[in-house]
Amino acid sequence: MITKRIIPCLDVRDGRVVKGVNFESLRDVSSPVELAKYYSSCGADELVFYDITASSDGRKIFTDILKETARQVFIPLTVGGGISSLEDFDRVLKCGADKVSVNSGAIRNPGLIYESAKRYGDQCVVLSVDVKRVDGVFRVFQKGGRENTGLEAIEWIRRGVESGAGEIVLNSIDTDGVKGGFDLEMLEAVCKVVSVPVIASGGAGKIEDFITLFKTLPRVDAGLAASIFHFGEVLIPELKQKMRENGIEARI
Amino acid sequence: MIAIVDYGVGNLFSLQSSFAAIGAEAVVTSNAETLRKADKIILPGVGAFADAAEKLRPLAPQIKKLAGEGKPLLGICLGMQLLFEKSYEYGEHPGLALLKGEVRPISEVIPKDYKIPHIGWNALWFVRESPLFRYISEGDFVYFVHSFYAANCETSLIATAEYGAPLTAAVGFGNVYGCQFHPEKSGEVGLSILKAFAEI
Repeated sequence: MITKRIIPCLDVRDGRVVKGVNFESLRDVSSPVELAKYYSSCGADELVFYDITASSDGRKIFTDILKETARQVFIPLTVGGGISSLEDFDRVLKCGADKVSVNSGAIRNPGLIYESAKRYGDQCVVLSVDVKRVDGVFRVFQKGGRENTGLEAIEWIRRGVESGAGEIVLNSIDTDGVKGGFDLEMLEAVCKVVSVPVIASGGAGKIEDFITLFKTLPRVDAGLAASIFHFGEVLIPELKQKMRENGIEARI
Repeated sequence: MIAIVDYGVGNLFSLQSSFAAIGAEAVVTSNAETLRKADKIILPGVGAFADAAEKLRPLAPQIKKLAGEGKPLLGICLGMQLLFEKSYEYGEHPGLALLKGEVRPISEVIPKDYKIPHIGWNALWFVRESPLFRYISEGDFVYFVHSFYAANCETSLIATAEYGAPLTAAVGFGNVYGCQFHPEKSGEVGLSILKAFAEI
């Protein structure tokens, strides 16, 4: 049986891993290559790299770092951040990415999902969505969670899957950085409308949050987190052991 | 020297890095003469069957000839599917026919509520002994991404993965091998499989 995936996320800026809380106050953590090797060896099932550099210089550093990481890490790599064209897909895939995550780029140009899925296959296209409740409605946000696009999230995600997105990363802005657990209500609403894998992001603070996630919502395929892994608050081998003890399939 | 066949399908960076990691010399090539000189051949592939079969056409006779002469050949993912007689992915398309069997949608055999593609880490269950498994154990996890699978391939089946139904995970018949999963993305287990192939 297929296992639930545990995915550390590396936000990379100027060649270093940084992590913000509620998307603010970024903090330097480590070298992405070293961190990726560490995660790969301790049982991470996949890695996500987000390029959060704005300048083209930064983008160049990022592709170099990505290539260096891909050369040394033999688990699936997803790359996101600033992806807005097929050329961007091409650039990161050539550096060794296996999947490409789109967010704002797909909001600006919804055709990007269809075009990229047609060229590289659905399995290559990950739709990442930052969602926040506004007056009781799930709304899609962009620009690092600062700007309400007005899009209704569940409908946006449903349409994204219809266009060819092969996976959904659902990041709840409401729970991100709070460490009070994943946003189960929001995740359930998404799982109800899509048949592709759903990756939960935002809110994990301890091992039990992952157990609750997979026990409550068996349709969720993976849990993604950053700082709790980077700072060793949750150790992946221990997390996976606990998952197994709770009857959740995990790769050890 | 191991030749990784480059026929314009997918990215071969990870495969090449994998062989570098296990200390085996590998070259990416689309040259028939280089394939002849190689000790072993890797046939990779991602994407749609028909498109890949079309792109492979100029090299197909050479690959069939060399495999027929006994050169070890390992197909990976779509590259494995191409080893079979035909595929029913969007129509009916002939493959290399190095192995008996055909490629069919997994939707025909898995329960309705299972997600497609079959994506993620799944355990290998051995059907037969194989030199490919020399360094790994039954139950080890490997990484899959696919919506089609090899069917009616009992003569070559060496391992399955359970996804509501036993899906063909690896095949081996004589000197021709195939993995539905991605050994180059399957951590230490995957590298061990590539190492075993490199040592055949």
